[in-house]
Amino acid sequence: MSEPAVTLSDLATEVRCKNAGPFWVTIEAFMTDPSGYAVADRLITAELIAGLYAVPVDDIQIFRIPDLNVVKVSFPRQVSQGSLHDRDIHAGQHHVLLGRSPIQTGDGRTSLPPT
Amino acid sequence: MTDPDMTDIAKAQKVGILVPAGMLGAGFPPDTITRGIALGADVIAIDGGSTDSGPYYLGTGMGKNPKEAVLRDLRILLRAAAAAHIPLIIGSCGTSGTDSGVDWVAAIVEEVLSSAGLDLSVARIYSEQTPDTVIEHLAAGRVHPLAPPRSLNAADLRRCEHIVGVMGHEPIMQALHDGADVILAGRATDTAIAAALALMHGMPAGPTWHAAKVAECGGQCTTSPRDGGVFAQIDATGFTIEPLDPNARCTPQSVAAHMLYETANPFQMREPAGTLVVSDATYTALDHRRVRVEGSAFEQAAQYTIKLEGAAITGYQTMSFTGIRDPKILAQIDVWAHTLEEVLTSRISQVLGLEPGDYDTDLRLYGYNAILGELDPHPAPPQEVGVMLLVNAATQDLATAIAKVANPLMLHLPTADMTHLPSFAFATSPAETERGAVYEFTLNHVVDVDDPCQMFPIKSNRTAHV
Repeated sequence: MSEPAVTLSDLATEVRCKNAGPFWVTIEAFMTDPSGYAVADRLITAELIAGLYAVPVDDIQIFRIPDLNVVKVSFPRQVSQGSLHDRDIHAGQHHVLLGRSPIQTGDGRTSLPPT
Repeated sequence: MTDPDMTDIAKAQKVGILVPAGMLGAGFPPDTITRGIALGADVIAIDGGSTDSGPYYLGTGMGKNPKEAVLRDLRILLRAAAAAHIPLIIGSCGTSGTDSGVDWVAAIVEEVLSSAGLDLSVARIYSEQTPDTVIEHLAAGRVHPLAPPRSLNAADLRRCEHIVGVMGHEPIMQALHDGADVILAGRATDTAIAAALALMHGMPAGPTWHAAKVAECGGQCTTSPRDGGVFAQIDATGFTIEPLDPNARCTPQSVAAHMLYETANPFQMREPAGTLVVSDATYTALDHRRVRVEGSAFEQAAQYTIKLEGAAITGYQTMSFTGIRDPKILAQIDVWAHTLEEVLTSRISQVLGLEPGDYDTDLRLYGYNAILGELDPHPAPPQEVGVMLLVNAATQDLATAIAKVANPLMLHLPTADMTHLPSFAFATSPAETERGAVYEFTLNHVVDVDDPCQMFPIKSNRTAHV
């Protein structure tokens, strides 16, 4: 049996998600320290987010804030807020997909970040 | 564009803003208000609304908080403001800032004033717009989409149950200038209510808007968001912020991080008159619980714009809910749900003569993958699933008829390998709940205006001010 993967959440004090107005979603990874920030900074790309959330790459905004050890991602809501198919009115649970992303090393194995 | 005439307002050295909580009705410890007044508050500002809970509140003009919660907060705040002789400003009254929301809060304010024997002048600032007014702006090319852009025509506007403009600080400043003690604003930017008095007294725009943004959610910018609000003091070069609870702390991290909260862009925030830019702001700890912020900038926009919000009815909804615990079904819950959708579509066609374009359904498997749906690639086999069926249709009767057609399936639908009819666990009798009209936000637009106050009439409970 393979070892459980180390995920972004494991290196974060909090990964959270919320509406930013009715038409945008914003996700923030608050990393515990600069080495965790470096991992998040490498991991979080527009391509990763596009794959996780089924959003066009060009619609994704990423803000890298090393002073706070935070990477912030914003993109247009894919389901109109409060509509029949909106299952997360405040977009409060969508961070999980990013948070559980495994941290990969160059050779594809899961490992702890460099310290 | 003309600002209200403020020539007779004395310039202050500093202005203190007390924000008791993130929302009127959320509650706060009364002694935090006493403490904020003692720290030198010149104004109490609190937000009464948000779009965050969805389009229902704007669509209906109903408030999210119970009257009793708003009454409790207002009792404390009105007495405190009256005793300190400082204004109380409430924004986005009644959750969505409709005229009915302003009048709802106004009635509660009058109840408190009369029972407490307080004689305060109350200004109501209305923000609701008629479809015809907005259609006129649209025809004149003054309405522009925000990102993500969506089309807008006159019919979309006529469909809206309510349309509000999101006011800036100017109508609030006008009401203050007219002598109002209590200002009940319709839809307003979260920051405008906290910024108005400081701007009126000549505080610089950058620090004022930044302080207003950090303070607007009350304790959210502190290390213990549940322990009450904050006090921000703005001066010529920046602002200082501290929690109202002496045991809570603001840290450079907690204050800087608040610019992330519910914002798409953490460095720039558009207000009607321009853009707050905090890229060069510095956050310094004055001690273990107070933070000094300097270097915030405000860039005046070439065109003054008012954001519009509107909500329209998209149909009527009925909900049905059942539970499954049988491991045999749960082992193939995807297949079971897919079968239910297929059989239901066919039964609706047979029984009601309706095709999928005539109605819409959403089948959610709570306990399995309801929240993330297709984004959840490999949900674990569940121990128990709550099956929620939502039906939208043109009328309530039709939505309920469809949900009733689904009832025997949600009670008994077997999987293909079963030779008997299972029975599932309906949560209620009847299984169907009528949810009434359902709404959507139809506007993500701004309108160009010349006068910041033109869309926002002010009414006072006094015929004239001395």
